[in-house]
Amino acid sequence: MLNWLSDHRASIAAVIILLLVIGFVYSIYVGRKQTKLRSKDEVFGDPERTRGGWYWSLCGISALMLVWFYFSWGIGRAYFPDAANEMCQIAKLEEAVSPIKAALPIGSRYYKSTTLVARNANQLAVIEAQLPTAAFTSDEQAQLTKIIGSTRRLLAVSSDPANQSQASRDQLTSLSSDIEALSAKLRQGPGDRTPSAEALAQPRWGTTHIEIPLLPETAKGILFDEVAVSAKEVAKTFNKIRNNPPANEAIIAETRAEIDAIKAANKSGSFDEDTAATRNAYVKSVERIFKRLDDGHIFPAASLDGVNAAIADLDDAKGEAKGGLGIVDALFFPGDGVVKSRTQCTEQSSGRWLPKPTDVVATFFRLANPDIESGGGFKGTTLLWWKWLPIGDVFAFFTPDWIADILPGEYARHSADGTVTPNFKDGVLAFAQGDINLGSVPMLDGHIWDSLFRVLVALGLGILLGVPLGIYMGVSRFFKSFFDPLIELYRPVPPLAWAPLILTIFGIQDDGKIFLLFMVAFAIMVISARTGASGTQLTKIRASHSLGASDGQILRNVILPNALPEILTGIRIAVGVCWGTLVAAEMLAGTTGVGFIENVARTVSDYELIWVTILIMGLLGLAFDLMMRWVIGKLIPWRGKG
Amino acid sequence: MADLVSDDLCMTFTNPQTGAAVEALKDINFTLKKGELLSVLGPSGCGKTTLLNMIAGFINPTSGNVALGGNVIEGPGVERGMVFQQGALFEWLPVSKNVDFGLRMKKTDKAESEALVEKWLDIVGLQGFGDTPTYQLSGGMQQRVALARCLVNDPDVILMDEPLGALDALTREKMQSLVLELWKETGKTIMIITHSVEEALLLGERLFVMAPRPGRIHKEYNLPFAERGLKESLRDIKQDAHFSEVREEILTMIWNMEEEIMGRA
Repeated sequence: MLNWLSDHRASIAAVIILLLVIGFVYSIYVGRKQTKLRSKDEVFGDPERTRGGWYWSLCGISALMLVWFYFSWGIGRAYFPDAANEMCQIAKLEEAVSPIKAALPIGSRYYKSTTLVARNANQLAVIEAQLPTAAFTSDEQAQLTKIIGSTRRLLAVSSDPANQSQASRDQLTSLSSDIEALSAKLRQGPGDRTPSAEALAQPRWGTTHIEIPLLPETAKGILFDEVAVSAKEVAKTFNKIRNNPPANEAIIAETRAEIDAIKAANKSGSFDEDTAATRNAYVKSVERIFKRLDDGHIFPAASLDGVNAAIADLDDAKGEAKGGLGIVDALFFPGDGVVKSRTQCTEQSSGRWLPKPTDVVATFFRLANPDIESGGGFKGTTLLWWKWLPIGDVFAFFTPDWIADILPGEYARHSADGTVTPNFKDGVLAFAQGDINLGSVPMLDGHIWDSLFRVLVALGLGILLGVPLGIYMGVSRFFKSFFDPLIELYRPVPPLAWAPLILTIFGIQDDGKIFLLFMVAFAIMVISARTGASGTQLTKIRASHSLGASDGQILRNVILPNALPEILTGIRIAVGVCWGTLVAAEMLAGTTGVGFIENVARTVSDYELIWVTILIMGLLGLAFDLMMRWVIGKLIPWRGKG
Repeated sequence: MADLVSDDLCMTFTNPQTGAAVEALKDINFTLKKGELLSVLGPSGCGKTTLLNMIAGFINPTSGNVALGGNVIEGPGVERGMVFQQGALFEWLPVSKNVDFGLRMKKTDKAESEALVEKWLDIVGLQGFGDTPTYQLSGGMQQRVALARCLVNDPDVILMDEPLGALDALTREKMQSLVLELWKETGKTIMIITHSVEEALLLGERLFVMAPRPGRIHKEYNLPFAERGLKESLRDIKQDAHFSEVREEILTMIWNMEEEIMGRA
């Protein structure tokens, strides 16, 4: 069932998108009608005007989902399932010609030769100005100036069309015609090329970790693929073309010899350390520029015009061959389109970092599958499932080992016949270490439960300790003045700033995280309970005194219920803050939890997984909040009416 | 002899920052016999609420003392029940739980307290409202609950701090009749603070008019209207010539006091 759904996700998405569009249009229709209907009985500012309005919720949700589908290329994939494969073939052609384009203004604004001439001329000027006169004799200085001058001449000679080597002229001409041949082939159209069986057997777009099928599946794709293969060869040829003008040869030989002479002088002469270093460094930098210019990378500007025009024409031919695909690309694949790099084609821009809704759901179900053997769960832990928890472990958790140590008597020793008979003290130790089989209870398990467990335990401790302290702080001068500075000093520190310290002290497992969250929850609970307690009306306190209540009875029966609304609001806030802190803490350290999943997903750039964890966190947070709202409504119906 | 006796009662408030002292009450002497109905009237700032709070035991006098039945009052106690202006009900409890609050604090037997609650809800006219949340009650009904909550504890003295001040005129008149009925049926000593002259006349067998700076009892009246109110309609009594005469006299008295305060200020 799940597999079937997974394989047909594109068609399912197509149906969903259609429904969303219908929902969007329908909700606007209903909304406009309702607005007209109601505008008669409600004035602006009337709070009643916010009641109801499910249609606007539908409108908002469907708009959001449509935006999500659109920018994640979900709409493109649903209605143009072949587009990505064809775009991949076009990307192959792009990749093939990219080395040629890089040398031309069509790809990088300037001819590569122009850039080289400008950069090297600049560097020569800089080096000439920096000549260290103290380190060289005047003869040597003249020599170096001459070398720099010769190097500069190389630039001039290479740039002069009159000096261009005949070999490079011929090669460039032949290259241009090769490129023109490619354009011609594209213009002939795809014809009736048929995809190979291998190509047709590829997994569909987006169903496996290989995003886009690589082999061409359509006639148009095959055409582009073929052209791309030829273009790769052309690019190889282009990379080998060099312009070595004959006029340069004499200059190069002479300058080479002069540089060698100075290097020899550097080696043989006896200079002090600093001078030697200066001389060597300078000669080296002169030589570096010279070496860059003796290998024929600079062409006269006009010599590449033919290739540039041919490539521009190839781009035109590509556009023509794309045909309707160009429009689809522009409309339904926002961003940079498909890019081919090395062995695969990948979606770019929002198609890359915003996974399609259907893929997110598929990834969620893969994670939610409790059967780890068949690839479910994440890193050997389920998302949310259950396991048998030995009761012995639970007791051992609450029983420290030293209880056994302080019992009178000695632990058992092995006897002469080589056996050990455990005594009572051994039994207690076994209990404290969880080695006694007391049966098992079913217990929740998995990443989500681990995160929930940490929050719930920390929150429980925070409430248990924070509420009584807060209440006393609300009624007692000693408690208020003694604890106020302590809590107010640690509370404003962002919880994450405590994390490195706490995790070091208590360890990266549950203890540290629970303590960190406890600190957060405790401060919030203290403050809310205190606010609630100190807000008790004096007349209520006086009335209960007159009714004969003792101090303790007043605390329990008057001040505590009076503070309950504040306490519950505090819990609601604490849950939210704890949840946020926990995820961040799990990203810092640990091996389970929702934050851990996202951290791993981050390191491998698995955007689907990142979005799944974000959605899990959002939904759990929402569930918490809805639950708290319901509890508040049930427990304190008098809120705002007292 | 559960008489309420005030002996040279003085209260001076000192501002802790400036050290300025205000004599809220000076040399208050009176004896309220068991079963008497006293209303206290006076311009604002004359110390009538301070006096009530001292009798209730919420604040301690600077000098002198108040004693109930010979015992000097040193703190709040069940023998002196309080009814506040706003009811001061516990909104998280339903009506019956508000009424039996004092009984629960004393850990009274459950069946017994249920019967008592039933009886008092009947008397104040709230039969059948036991499970209603207090925040759903009207102001008058809330004051009835407050009365029942106080009476169920069987105090010797009932202290009321402007108990009907926040009610509309009609509800107020009904509640005034209720207070008179309760006074007659229970025979409790009742002390009512009010700033309505009419109410003070209607609900005062005895009436103190207090004066400010220092707070003191300016004039005392013994009035027949409370006794008459038990039999006659309150509206008829208000038409009575004697009633109008006393009312005008007291109004003039208070008016002059207010003038004096304004003049001094």
